[in-house]
Amino acid sequence: MAYQFDFAQVVTGQYGQWLMEGFVTTLKISGISIVASLVLGTSVAMARLSRVRPLVWLAAAYTEFFRNTPLLIQLFFWYFGSYSILPQFVNDWLARQNFEFACGVIALTVYTAAFIAEDLRSGIFAIPKNQLEASRACGLSFVQAMRYVILPQAFRIVVPPLISQFLNLIKNSSLVMTIGVMDLTYMARQIEAHTFHGFEAFTVSTLLYLAISLVVSLGVNCYNRRALRTPAH
Amino acid sequence: MHWNVVAKNFDYLLIGAYPKGPLGGLAVTVLLAIGGIFGAFWLGLGVGLLRMARKRWLRWPAMVYIEIIRGTPLLMVVFWFYFLAPVLLGQTLPEAQSALIALIVFTSAYIAEIVRAGVQSLPKGQMEAARGSGLSHAQAMTHVILPQALFNMIPSFVNQFVSLTKDTSLAFIIGVSELTKAATQINNRTLTAPTEIFITVALLYFAICFCLTEFSRRLERRINRFQARTR
Repeated sequence: MAYQFDFAQVVTGQYGQWLMEGFVTTLKISGISIVASLVLGTSVAMARLSRVRPLVWLAAAYTEFFRNTPLLIQLFFWYFGSYSILPQFVNDWLARQNFEFACGVIALTVYTAAFIAEDLRSGIFAIPKNQLEASRACGLSFVQAMRYVILPQAFRIVVPPLISQFLNLIKNSSLVMTIGVMDLTYMARQIEAHTFHGFEAFTVSTLLYLAISLVVSLGVNCYNRRALRTPAH
Repeated sequence: MHWNVVAKNFDYLLIGAYPKGPLGGLAVTVLLAIGGIFGAFWLGLGVGLLRMARKRWLRWPAMVYIEIIRGTPLLMVVFWFYFLAPVLLGQTLPEAQSALIALIVFTSAYIAEIVRAGVQSLPKGQMEAARGSGLSHAQAMTHVILPQALFNMIPSFVNQFVSLTKDTSLAFIIGVSELTKAATQINNRTLTAPTEIFITVALLYFAICFCLTEFSRRLERRINRFQARTR
C-alpha cells in the first residue's frame, strides 16, 4: 500500500487553523507556567537556604519528591486526585476556571519549580560565602543581602541552566494533552484521527516545537553574548 | 480515604496480571528503562563520537540529529515512531517496541552530549601523550580517552537513567501496559480512590528514582577524587 503524502491538507483550511490554535495554547500554557515556576522555584530555593530548620526540610522534601516522580503522574494526580485533598475554596476557584488548563499550569509549575530551585541553589552556592558575610557586616539584613547582593549575581550564573529548564517546560507542556488541554500535540493527534495523515501532522507540529526551541536558544545566545560578558561588579 | 483499593490492587501495580496474563505494571516500567538505557548508551556513544569527528560529513549529521531530537518533546518522538512504522514498514509495530525505540532514540541524543562533555573535559595532554607514544587516533580513543571519560561520566549516565525511568510513563499514551497504565486502569475500574492511587504510583516511581539519584551523588563524590586534572 503506497502512502500518499498530503501536507497541503494538514496546513491549510480547518486543520491548519487547529494547528495554529494548538500552537497558541502551547505558548500560553508554557508562558504562564514559566513565570509561575520562576516565582515558586525562587521561593523554594530561598526556603532551602534559610536558617529555619522546618522550612529547609520542607523545601528539600519538595524538590526531591517532585524531581523524582514523572510529570505524567503528577498531571493525573492534580487532574483526578487533587479534589479530595485541596481546601474547598481552592476547588471552587478551580471549577470556575478552565479546569484542564489550570491543572496543566499547576502541574507544569510545581514540577519545573523543583528543578529551578535546585539550579538557583547551586547558583547561589557558586557565590563565595564572604560576599554574604561582607554584606551582613555592612549592616544589611539577610533578606536585603539576598535581594541586593547575592541574587543579582546568582541569577547571572543560573541564566543558562534556567533557560534550558524553560525549554524543557515548553517541551513537557506537550503532556497536557493527556488531560485534554487542546495544545499543539493534542491538535496533531486530532488531525491524525480525522484524516489518517498523522505523519504530516506530526511533522508540522515537530517543526513548530523546533522553531520555539531554536528561537529561544538563539535569543539566549544573543543575551549571553551581550549581558554575561560584562565583568561582575 | 480508600486505601484498601490500593492494597487490593497492589500486585496489579507491581507485575500486572502476570502469572495468568501478560506482564505489566512496575515490572514493565523497569524493563523499558533498562532496555532503553542499554540501547541509548550504544547509540549515544556512536553519535557522540561522530559529533566529535573531524570530518565534516560525519560531524554535521550527528549535530543535526542531536539538535532535532533535543528540540522535540519526547511525546512527539513517541508518536513519530508509532505513526512512522506503518508508513515505512507497511504494518504497525507492537506498542512496547515502538515505545522502546522512541525512548532509545530520544535518550541517545542526550547521552551523546554527555559523552562529548566527558571527552572534552579530559585534559588535552592525555590525547597528545597517547598520540605521542605512537597510538593512532582510534587507538588513543579506545584505550586512553574513552575508559577515563566513560568512568567520569557514570553519574551523568545514572541521572539520565533516572529521567528515562520517569519518561517510560509516556509509553502509556500509546497503550503500553506499564505502571502508569496500570494506575489509570485501576482508577477507571474503581473511580473512588484517584488520590490514593496516584499518590501510591508517585511513591513507587519516587522509590526507584530517589535511590538512583542518591547512588549517583555518592558515585560523584568518589569519582571526583580520581579525576585526571589539568593542574
